[in-house]
Parts: sequence; structure tokens; C-alpha cells
Amino acid sequence: MKEKLLQSKVAIAGAGGLGSNIAVMLARSNVGEIFIVDFDKVDKSNLNRQHYSEEHLGRYKTEALAEQINKINPAVNFIYKTVKVTADNIVELFKDYKIVCEAFDNPVYKAMLVENLLIHTKATIISGSGMAGYSSGNNIKTHKKLSRLYVCGDLESDIASNCIMSPRVQICAGHQANMIIRLILGENTP
Amino acid sequence: MIYNGKQVSIEENTTLDQFIQINNYDIKKIAVELNLDIIPKLEYKNIILKDSDKLEVVSFVGGG
Repeated sequence: MKEKLLQSKVAIAGAGGLGSNIAVMLARSNVGEIFIVDFDKVDKSNLNRQHYSEEHLGRYKTEALAEQINKINPAVNFIYKTVKVTADNIVELFKDYKIVCEAFDNPVYKAMLVENLLIHTKATIISGSGMAGYSSGNNIKTHKKLSRLYVCGDLESDIASNCIMSPRVQICAGHQANMIIRLILGENTP
Repeated sequence: MIYNGKQVSIEENTTLDQFIQINNYDIKKIAVELNLDIIPKLEYKNIILKDSDKLEVVSFVGGG
């Protein structure tokens, strides 16, 4: 099991509330290569749920995360690109990964990523949708929605009508990280 | 046809684009799989749904 994890590689799109926490969980689980893409800098409003602290304010999330992951588990090959993911660069960015984790906050970008990667690559995608607010954590589940798409979340709690807080974001991130580990270890059921 | 796992009836000559509108989806926030193929948004208008189709529509909400 340890060998399978060490030899695996996973890409993550977005280093916010989902992506930063998923990256840390995968690093602790000895996933051998983690590649993450994000263009944004750490802002004070991120600290309620994202894996950053005051010392990281104003720095690129990718760099701040690399620093933390190298301290948590230096055996992980943590690679990052500090660019915005668009329909034009998405295939080039992720084409070498069979497991891609969607961790954006904007639903338009979530859909863009899923559509483009499912059409143009052979990747399986683990996405997050519906983790805002503070309704029951038990409603957050891992769903297999399409042939190569898993969606974690309650599928409906939107930031447009809810606050966003650490516990449900972490629950969702945990579902995504667990599904990624299950896929690496040969388990396909959600 | 089968739509999100359930049998539904569709009017003849309904396009995928019309079906998405009738069901109040925001086209920018969805991904569609028809008979196990992912359909690019630009093609929704050109596809006429059939009784034998299996359609899955995934809709995303914001937050992360």
C-alpha cells in the first residue's frame, strides 16, 4: 500500500479551502507527487478555512503551500505552477495526470475543468460541490456522477446563499482526499 | 430516455440545448454526458434527444 501511494501522482486545480487542505492530507498519506495550480495570493479572508496562517499573507498560495508541505513530509515531490487555469491552458497543464482533483470555488470554472479534461484527457476527476454554510455535515457525501467524475459535497449548498466555514469545507476536502487515495489503491466505488 | 438515472418522456425533436433550458440549468455551470460521451457546450444545439438516450447532467454550485 505504501509503495502504491509513493509511486502515485495527483494534480490539484486550486489551492484554496479545498485544494490546500487536500494537498496537506495527500502529503501526509505519502502520495509521491502532488502538482498544484493556483494564481492567487493569501488574503486575510482565506484564513478561516484555508491551510495558511498570518505569516503567509500576501504570498502566492502555491509557494506558501510548498513551504508547509516540505516541512510536513519532505519525501513528497511537490510541484506547482502559479498561473490561472483557463480553457486555453488546461489540457497542457494536466495532461500527464490520471487523477485530477477539482478544487476551485467558482462553479463556472468547476464546469469548465470537468468538461475540458473529460473530453481531452483520460483523467478521472474528483470534484467538490456543495460545502458552504453550517447545515449537517452528514449531508456531504462522495457521489459518482459520470463515468470518470466523482463529486463530493451535498451538491446544493452554494456560497451565493451561505457563508463558508472551515468544518464543512474540511469534510468535503476529506471526502475528496479519501476518494483520491481509494482510486490510487484500486477502489472505484464512491 | 434515462435522465439522471430516471426514466423520463421527451417531446419529439427536443434538442439537448432546449432540454437544458426547460430544466432551468445554468449552461455555464454544468457538464453533460450523453450515452457515456461528454458533450461540449457548443454542440448542445445540434443534438436531438432520443428515447434510447442515457443523459447525465451534473450541475456545480460555488464554494471551495
